[in-house]
Amino acid sequence: MAQSAQPAKKSKIKGDGVWDYAFIAVALIVYAMFTAYPVLSAFIISFQEYKPLGSTYIGFDNYAATFKDDLFWRSIKNTIVYTVLTVPVALLLSFLVAIMILPLRKKLQTVFKAVYYLPVVASGVALSLVWLWIFDPMPGGIFNQFIGWFGAHNQNWLGSSATAMFSLVIMAWLSSHGASIIIYLAALLGIDDSYYEAADLDGASFLQKLWHIVIPSLKPTTLFLLVTAIIGSFQVFQNAYLMTGGGPDHATTMVGLLIFDNAFKYFEFGKAAAQSLILALIIALVSLFQFKFLGKDVDY
Amino acid sequence: MSLYNNNTGSRAGKTARNTVIVVLLLLFALATLFPIYFMVISSFGDPVEAGAVSYSLWPGKFTLESYSFFFNYSKYSYRWILNSTIVAGAVTITNVFFATMAGYAFSKLRFKGRGVLFSILLAAMMIPYQVTQVPLYILIVNTFHIENTFSALILPGLVTVYNVFLAKQFMSSIPTEIMESAKVEGCSQLQIFFRIIMPLSKTVMAVIAILTFMDSWNTFFWPFLVTNTMDMQTIQVGLKNFRFANTTYFSPMMAGATISAVPMFILFFSLQKYFLEGVTVGAVKG
Repeated sequence: MAQSAQPAKKSKIKGDGVWDYAFIAVALIVYAMFTAYPVLSAFIISFQEYKPLGSTYIGFDNYAATFKDDLFWRSIKNTIVYTVLTVPVALLLSFLVAIMILPLRKKLQTVFKAVYYLPVVASGVALSLVWLWIFDPMPGGIFNQFIGWFGAHNQNWLGSSATAMFSLVIMAWLSSHGASIIIYLAALLGIDDSYYEAADLDGASFLQKLWHIVIPSLKPTTLFLLVTAIIGSFQVFQNAYLMTGGGPDHATTMVGLLIFDNAFKYFEFGKAAAQSLILALIIALVSLFQFKFLGKDVDY
Repeated sequence: MSLYNNNTGSRAGKTARNTVIVVLLLLFALATLFPIYFMVISSFGDPVEAGAVSYSLWPGKFTLESYSFFFNYSKYSYRWILNSTIVAGAVTITNVFFATMAGYAFSKLRFKGRGVLFSILLAAMMIPYQVTQVPLYILIVNTFHIENTFSALILPGLVTVYNVFLAKQFMSSIPTEIMESAKVEGCSQLQIFFRIIMPLSKTVMAVIAILTFMDSWNTFFWPFLVTNTMDMQTIQVGLKNFRFANTTYFSPMMAGATISAVPMFILFFSLQKYFLEGVTVGAVKG
């Protein structure tokens, strides 16, 4: 992204013509075939009623049908609810954990980084199976046992539309924050000590330093994590697909899952392509909005 | 002198503070590690239907029966592990090699269209995968007719933009003078790349290798779409099929989950440094 600004003369060497392109050839070919071509093709398919032998052009019908589809709006709402409930909590938890790891000895820091990163390496399919049993609706289910200690009644966690979304949210809260913790910690370690020294001279308390030094200094990091987390959350598919299948009664049908169902359950490729492009547009707008309003004094 | 006032409190105060912190951190760690713990201890239970078991938080019984139940479910269950290893191994090798090459060119060589090409590559990272999934499926299945083959599993992941980006980020810190003096000495571009750049880029190559292998091993969606017989499925897809065929067999399901997760745990514990480094290489100065 800092690509255009390369004033330093010596940062590049003159290549030998053909070799320059040879080095990037494979990457470019793979990109052209498996990313660029599919994106262009998605635009074309979105204006078609797709059939394996000769599709027909139907103009904006797929888009019009999508905007008239209640389920589409429902899935957008579900995606937003899921994002709003998971992303801020995940960022806050990562921030707090990073702050707590900071004063520890180097060895202990590494241990905690590794411990918190471990769930990241476990396969999502494996973890979703485990959570399926944790949410077992029987009284013996782990989560029901847990809330039983507080006197709450059994819930049919994934099987009832009142709790299914909340169950997926809990799963997100208690899953891997490893990457954002490590990124926050790296940013915390990068804050110049002189800020703290000046604050100490003024007799600033821990919370004052947190508020006036740490939070402003970490703004670029927070913005980066926020944007990537929201992009990821808008595409969420796997947990909903494996745990609830979007149900019950479409309570957990997110946009990503709706697109999958349209494409590979009902084989309406045109509609799925149109919806995926609408999703891409929403994600682009939301990211742009965040950079514009939250990133005013952040250079990227 | 830092965020925490190390100089004001007494030594005992500092120890007390750190103890409280460690306890809090451990509690939250317990909560996030619980699913993994529960998965592993439950996998050693008897392979009986769920109605007959009561979940226990402590390892009560130790038997490998559930593991044999999982492997006996399909004669291809060993194949799934083999397939996952082949696919993950192949894309790891190609990614390390081609991403390093492209990263080198984009960070160190001056050629026409470099900036534009790199921006176009980067733009792809903003596109949600839902956009490409349908056309990619059509391309592989209807155009190339290679569904249910290793090619279908491997080709789309041969080299990813993210890895090119990682390599480029890392290599911009290699001093250009080294390459210039090599050129003066009469090294060709290929020699510069193989003799100078690659040895200096071992760290980023290791990071790319590990992250790519892990992603490929854990990926579910693409193999699920393009495989349709059990002998071509990967462990993640096989695990999902096992689950739908044996919805009530709790311990065997946990055994299967453990089998799919443990290779990555082993990899993580042996190469932890690169895993943790990989997180920050990608994020700093995005």
